[in-house]
Amino acid sequence: MLEDVVYFDNAAATRLDERILEAMEPYFFDLYAVATSQFGYSLGIDARDALEDARSRIAARLGAQPDELVFTSGSTESSNLALKGVVQAVGKGSGQIVITPLEDFPVLYSARTLGKQGYEVSTVRVDETGRVDLDHLREIVTPDTTLVSIQAANQEIGTTQDIQAIGEICRENGVLFHTDATHSFARIPLDVSEVPVDLITVAAHTIHGPKGIGALFVRDGTPIQKWMDGGFQEFNLRPGVENIPGAVGFAKAVELVTPEETGRLQGLRDRLTDRLLEIPHTRVNGHPVHRLPHNANISFRFVEGESLLLHLDMRGFAVSTGSACFSRSLEASHVILGIGGDHERAHGSVRFTFGRYNDEEEVDAVSEAVSEVVRELRRISPLGKDKS
Amino acid sequence: MPLPYSEIVMEHFRNPHNVGQIENPDAEATEGSPACGDMVAVYLKVDEETKRIEDVKFESYGCASNIATGSIITDLAKGKTLDEAKQITWQEASEALGGLPSIKTHCSVLAVDALRAAIQNYEERHGLVNEREPTTEALVRKRLKRVMNPMVGLDLIRTDMVKEIDVSAGVVRVVIDLPADHQFASNIRHEILEKLEHRWDVDEVLIDFSGG
Repeated sequence: MLEDVVYFDNAAATRLDERILEAMEPYFFDLYAVATSQFGYSLGIDARDALEDARSRIAARLGAQPDELVFTSGSTESSNLALKGVVQAVGKGSGQIVITPLEDFPVLYSARTLGKQGYEVSTVRVDETGRVDLDHLREIVTPDTTLVSIQAANQEIGTTQDIQAIGEICRENGVLFHTDATHSFARIPLDVSEVPVDLITVAAHTIHGPKGIGALFVRDGTPIQKWMDGGFQEFNLRPGVENIPGAVGFAKAVELVTPEETGRLQGLRDRLTDRLLEIPHTRVNGHPVHRLPHNANISFRFVEGESLLLHLDMRGFAVSTGSACFSRSLEASHVILGIGGDHERAHGSVRFTFGRYNDEEEVDAVSEAVSEVVRELRRISPLGKDKS
Repeated sequence: MPLPYSEIVMEHFRNPHNVGQIENPDAEATEGSPACGDMVAVYLKVDEETKRIEDVKFESYGCASNIATGSIITDLAKGKTLDEAKQITWQEASEALGGLPSIKTHCSVLAVDALRAAIQNYEERHGLVNEREPTTEALVRKRLKRVMNPMVGLDLIRTDMVKEIDVSAGVVRVVIDLPADHQFASNIRHEILEKLEHRWDVDEVLIDFSGG
């Protein structure tokens, strides 16, 4: 039986897993104290132990030491801390920051802010699948570069980057490297004992954990300062009362993501992609192989995404689109435009992202609905009149 | 349903009226482009004697408010004379739809523009207009009244966003009071270009953003 809403927008937010809620509950009602030092009262010591236990478990998933993981309110804050915190600590007041044109808004706009403060922001070229041009990266990164920030996987088209190769280029130049791994964390292995990366943004909301909790991996010895003023929590990098239920939930969320589950989601994704590509004038956005296992992004020519999304919503399906009409800024997706797509391709792009609660029946139902709606919208479209 | 659209809009979106093409239309026009995200084509069948619109159809590549406005505007135009149909305003269409979200105004204005352009196309085809109006500052101002300021859903002129208009030797220069990196800057640029760059006596349209 289909639920009331069939949800394919798991890159935006995921349904909380009950087991996670259960793990978090004691920290709302019983162990609700702030984390105190070892000389504090026992309730606070227990709370601190829970926080540190969560920290170790999440750090372990990255192959990191517990004291290399800073809890934040989510990936936006983690990426802001990475870019602004490093630049402030390095303290030169000017220099070069390298990003891709496809970064998610926290990195994109942190870089833009630093650009206004005197930093030169360089954008490395990407190919039509969204993969970074490594030769171009070698050209633009110099020992004087302050920071390279390149996402591990793209939020819209799902393209993953060769983080190992990018990290090596940074290492050769002695340059710090940050990656936003919000969408790949726990699903695609990333081990900092092997991969030369200095800072990693991760969050719980993409893996069925609670919203409002994330973390930044900061490799030991990386120059970084806090950019919000307050107390001395989180190794003096992130002031504020610790979100202990959130941290506990995040750790549980990480534990519940298994390679078997990710494999199942990939199966669903492939099933949907195969079905949708049977519709004429349809193409996949992003890389065919180097992509998130639980992301499909498809453009349907001659139809506009907001109309498609609304028709799907009326049939009970939740998806996302890169159309300008759908966005708050009326801007077409900077990602589709960034890989050389035109506005029409962006307007007709639909993102399907999969999670724990999706199944084959839902995939078949949504592919059926999309075929119907695309056919109907093409009937009323003035474009592509020779279409079938 | 917590949608930003009224029930009437949703009904027209779900089942738009007068959709499709007319074979051998007496007039037709297309406004917008895939680049700007919305495109509307309008086709007319007109009684030569009475100048009454016998049939009107539209096609839309666009969002819900674009489709719904195309549907209502063709309903409103059917049976009217060309002169009457010319007078149909966006406000009438919007009221008939039970209101539209202000951020979506430009998508629906496009449908009204397409109807007017189709009527103009009929008049041109049938020799009802004999001279082409030159592009002047006043004309540019009139056109900019059809470009929406998405922040408030009113046009650029009424919201005092246009700081300067200059027309000389086929070059139109417009200065908009917004920073160039404003979230709506490129959207407004697209729309201004659309309204002016295809005019018969315009070679170039320059848009400057002067806000700080």
